Amino acid sequence: MKRSPKDLDGSHKLLTRRTLLLGGMQLGFVGALGMRMRFLQVDQADQFRLLAEENRINIRLIAPSRGEIFDRNGLIIAQNSPSYRVVLVPEDAGDVEEVIANLSRLIPIDAEDLERARTEMRRSPPFLPITLADQISWKDISKVAVNAPALPGITPEVGLTRVYPQQDDFAHVVGYVGPVSDYDLSRIEDPEPILRIPRFQIGKVGFEAKREESLRGKAGAKRVEVNAMGRVMRELDRREGESGADTQLTLDAELQNYVQARLGRESAAAVIMDVENGDLRAICSSPSFDPNLFVRGISVGDYRALTEDPFRPLANKTVQGTYPPGSTFKMVTALAGLENGIITPEETTWCPGHLEVSGRRFHCWKRAGHGHVNLLESLKGSCDVYYYDLAIKVGIDRISEMANKLGLGVRHDLPMSAVAAGLAPNRDWKSRVHGQDWLVGDTVNASIGQGFMLASPLQLALMTARIASGHSVTPRLVKSINGVEEPSGEGAPLEISDIHLRNVRKSMYAVSNDRRGTGYRSRIIADGMRMAGKTGTSQVRNITAAERAAGVIRNQDLPWERRDHALFVCFAPFDKPKFAVSVVVEHGGGGSTAAAPIARDVMLQALYGGTPPLEAYPASDRQRIEAQQDRLERERLQRRESSGSDQA
Amino acid sequence: MSYLEYHSKTTPTGLRKILYLNWPLALLLAAAAGVGFLMLYSVAGGSFSPWVEPQVKRFLLGMVVMIIVAMVPIWFWRNISVVAYLMALLLLVAVEFFGTIGMGAQRWIDLGPMRLQPSELMKITLVMILAAYYDWLPGKRTSRPLFVALPVLIIVVPTFLVLKQPDLGTSILLLAAGGGIMFLAGVHWAYFAAVISAAVGLVSAVFKSRGTDWQLLKDYQYRRIDTFLDPSQDPLGAGYHITQSKIALGSGGWSGRGFMQGTQSRLNFLPEKHTDFIFTTLAEEFGFVGGMTLLSIYVLIIIFCVATAMSTKDRFSSLVTLGIALNFFLFFAVNMSMVMGLAPVVGVPLPMVSYGGSAMLVLLAAFGIVQSANVHRPR
Repeated sequence: MKRSPKDLDGSHKLLTRRTLLLGGMQLGFVGALGMRMRFLQVDQADQFRLLAEENRINIRLIAPSRGEIFDRNGLIIAQNSPSYRVVLVPEDAGDVEEVIANLSRLIPIDAEDLERARTEMRRSPPFLPITLADQISWKDISKVAVNAPALPGITPEVGLTRVYPQQDDFAHVVGYVGPVSDYDLSRIEDPEPILRIPRFQIGKVGFEAKREESLRGKAGAKRVEVNAMGRVMRELDRREGESGADTQLTLDAELQNYVQARLGRESAAAVIMDVENGDLRAICSSPSFDPNLFVRGISVGDYRALTEDPFRPLANKTVQGTYPPGSTFKMVTALAGLENGIITPEETTWCPGHLEVSGRRFHCWKRAGHGHVNLLESLKGSCDVYYYDLAIKVGIDRISEMANKLGLGVRHDLPMSAVAAGLAPNRDWKSRVHGQDWLVGDTVNASIGQGFMLASPLQLALMTARIASGHSVTPRLVKSINGVEEPSGEGAPLEISDIHLRNVRKSMYAVSNDRRGTGYRSRIIADGMRMAGKTGTSQVRNITAAERAAGVIRNQDLPWERRDHALFVCFAPFDKPKFAVSVVVEHGGGGSTAAAPIARDVMLQALYGGTPPLEAYPASDRQRIEAQQDRLERERLQRRESSGSDQA
Repeated sequence: MSYLEYHSKTTPTGLRKILYLNWPLALLLAAAAGVGFLMLYSVAGGSFSPWVEPQVKRFLLGMVVMIIVAMVPIWFWRNISVVAYLMALLLLVAVEFFGTIGMGAQRWIDLGPMRLQPSELMKITLVMILAAYYDWLPGKRTSRPLFVALPVLIIVVPTFLVLKQPDLGTSILLLAAGGGIMFLAGVHWAYFAAVISAAVGLVSAVFKSRGTDWQLLKDYQYRRIDTFLDPSQDPLGAGYHITQSKIALGSGGWSGRGFMQGTQSRLNFLPEKHTDFIFTTLAEEFGFVGGMTLLSIYVLIIIFCVATAMSTKDRFSSLVTLGIALNFFLFFAVNMSMVMGLAPVVGVPLPMVSYGGSAMLVLLAAFGIVQSANVHRPR
C-alpha cells in the first residue's frame, strides 16, 4: 500500500504522543506500587514483623517432674516412674483401622480411649502423634515393641507417672494425684498453661493436693519453629523448668507400715507423735486404700466398693474424724480444777455410782460407785462422778480454756485434707450456734468428754504430748523441703504449773501400771520404757432410763454402728517422755480392751524402732504377742512382695 | 513503510549485527533473572535444586534464542506474524482437547521434553499481528469501525479461549495488551471511552441489581466475587495467601531479614513461593531496598524498550517493541499489585524472576524481536 509522507509523519507523531501518554500512566502505576511497598514495609513493618513471629514460633511446655516424697529416713513414699503408652502417627500407619485392629489383638485397648483417639485423629494433622493406650504394663509394651514391624506408625513411649510404692500405708496422708479435670480447672483462678497439657497430673487429695504448688515445680518451655502445617522444624531455644520440691516427711515409713498392719481391718485411727518437737511419726487411718488405683483412673466398681464400705476407707480419720474424747478428756477437767485452785490432788469426792444434778441423775460407769476418790484414784479408776462434781465447780468456760490450751477445739494447720477443728464448747459457743443457754448438765457431760465435746485422734495425741512435755508443742508433718529443714514444732512451756502436770502424769502412770488401773492389762514392763495412759470409752447413743432399768446392754450385743468408740491416749517412757500415742477404734467397745493394746504395741514399736523384745510385755501376754508379731510380720512380708511384683 | 524503503546499506549485516544488539537491555534482563536465581536458591533452603538449576538452563537457552531471533531481520517477523498468530490460535484450540490439566486448569500441551503453554505464545503473536496490522493499515483508516472491529476480533477470540481454560490472569493480560496496542496505533479515543464506560456500566448494573428483582447473577456468584475482590473476608481460604503474603512483605521492613532468613517463605506459610509469590520472598529477605531495586530494573527495561521504539521510523518495529514492553509491564504490575494486596489473586508470574516453564523462554524470544527491531532499524 502506498502512503504519502504526510500521512506517515502524522501517524508517527500520534504514536509518539500516545506512547508518552501510556508511558506516563505506567510510570504513575509504578509510583503507586512503590508507595504501597513503602507503606507495607516501612510504615507498618513492626506490626507485620510481629505477625510473622507469631506465625513461626510456637511455645511448647515441658512438664516439670513432680517433687518426690520421702519418709524421715529417706524411704520413698511418692515417686515418679516411667509409664508406658502407645502412640500412633496416622501418616505413618497407612491403613489406620487395620493397625488399630492388629494392636487390639495384642493388648487390651479401652473402647473409650479408642473413641477419643479417633476424634482427635479427625481433628489434628496426620503427623501429630495420638495416644491410643495409656498407663499400660511393661508386659504389654514389650509385646508392642516385639511386634513393631506389623504395626506401622505405632510407637511405644515413656512418660512419667506418680507411683506410691508404700501402697495403702500413706493413702490418707499423702493422698494421690490424677489427671487435671475440668472441675479442677474451674476451681483454679487463672490456671497455669501447664495444667492444660493432656493427662497432666495434679494432687487431688491429701498432701499432694495441699502442697500442689510446691510439688508441681515450674514448667519449662521450648520455643520451636513450626511451618504452616504445624510441623516442628527445629527447636530455637529451651528453658528448663524447675522440678518440684522434694519433700521429706516426719513420718517413719516402717512404723507407719506396722501401725497400719496392727490396725488391720478395724475402723480405727492412730497417731504417734514426738512429745518434744511435735514430729508426727505415724498417722494411720484404717481401713486404707491403694492410691495407685486413683492415679491410673479407678474403675467404677472399685470406687463404689470404697464409698459404700461402712468403715469409710476414704476418710482420713486421724485428722478429719472427730469423736467424743470420753474419759481421755478427764485430764483436761482435772488440770482445769487444779489450775484454778478448786481441788488439790489429795482432796476426795464421794462416788456413790451417780450424781444428782438439777433433778437429773448422772451415772458413773461403775454402778456400784468408787467410794472416796482423790485425783489419782479418779483417773486410775476413771471415776465419772469425781469429774461431774469438779466440772460443776470449775465451770465450762475454764474447762474449755484448758482444752484449747492443750490443743483441743483448735484447728492445727497440717498439709492434709479436711483437717477438723474439733470442738471444746463453752457458753458463748452454745448461745451463738444453738441459740440456747448453757445448762449445768452440759457441763457435766463435757467433764467426761461427752456431749458437745469433739476431738480428732491428732488432737488427742497432741493433748497427751503437751501434758507429757509441759510444752506447747505443735504437730509437724514436713521435716524438710529440698533439704531445708522446716521449723520444729517445739513450743514454749505451757502456762500450767509443773506440779499439777506432774500429778496428772503420775495419775496416768497409775492407769497403766497400778493393778487396779483401767489400762493395767496393756502395760509395758520394760525398765525405762514404762507407759502412762488413759482409757476412754465414748458413747455414741444415749442410754435411756428404761434401758438402764432393764440393765445396760453389753456392747457386743449391739449392732456395730451403735457400739461405743474405744479410745486410748498414752505417752512413754514415763521418766523421760518421748512419744505420745492416741488410738481411736470406732465402735470398738471399751477403751481398755480395744484401743489400749493397740496403743501399747504401737508405742513399743516406736520406742524400740522395730519389733520390741517380748520381755517388754507382761509375762502373761507374751505367748499371744509372739503369735501376733509373727502374723503381722508375715502379712507385711506378703504385702511387700505383692507391691514388689506390681512394680516390675 | 515496507522494507523496500529501508536504506538497506546502512543496516548491519552478518555477525556485525551482534555489535548492534541493545546490550544494556540484555544486561538488565540478565540482572532480573539473577534476582530470580537468588530467590529460588533461597526458597529451596539454600540449594540449587530443584529450581535454580533448571531456571539457569532455561535462561541460558532463552538468551541464545533471543540472540538468534535478534539476528533475523525484523521484516521477516512482520511477514510471518499472521501465520504465527494462526498457529498459536490453533494450539489454544488444541489445548482444549489435548491439554494437560494442572492446578485445575488446562493450560499446556505436553511435547515430551518440554511443555508448551500456548497462552504464553499467544501473548507475543497477538502483539506481532496487531503491530503488523497497523503497519499495513493506512493511518486515515485506523479509526473506521470496520478496521477497528477486525483487531477487536483478533484480540477477543484468543482471550475467550484462554478464559475458558480457565486462566483469568493471562486473559486480562491479552485484553489489556491488545487494547494498549490499538491505543498506541491511534484508534480514536472515543472507542476506548465507549468501551470503558460500557464496562463500568455493566459492572455497576451487576452490583446494583444485587438483592433486587432483576438480579443478574446468582447469590453464590456474588459471594464469589466478594471474596475475589476482598480476600480478607475469607482469611483461611482465598484470603490466606494474601494475608500471609502481606505479612511476609511487611516483616521485611526497610532492609529485610537478610538472605535466606525469611521465615514466612521458608516455613511454607507462603503459597506458590517459587512462582507467583516469589516477590514476597525478595521483599521479606531484602526489604524495601530489594523490592525497589527489582522495580527499578523493570522500569529501566521498559524505558530502554520505549527508547528503541521511539528511535525507529518503522511502524511495525515501534509497535511491536511497545507492545512487548507493555506486556512486560502488565506482567509485573499485575503480579506486584496482587502480592501487595492491591489486586485480587490471579495467576500471573513475576517476569524473569518466577520459576516458570515456557514463560521465560517466550519472554526472551519476545525481547529477541525487540532486539531485532533495534539491530535492523534504518540508520
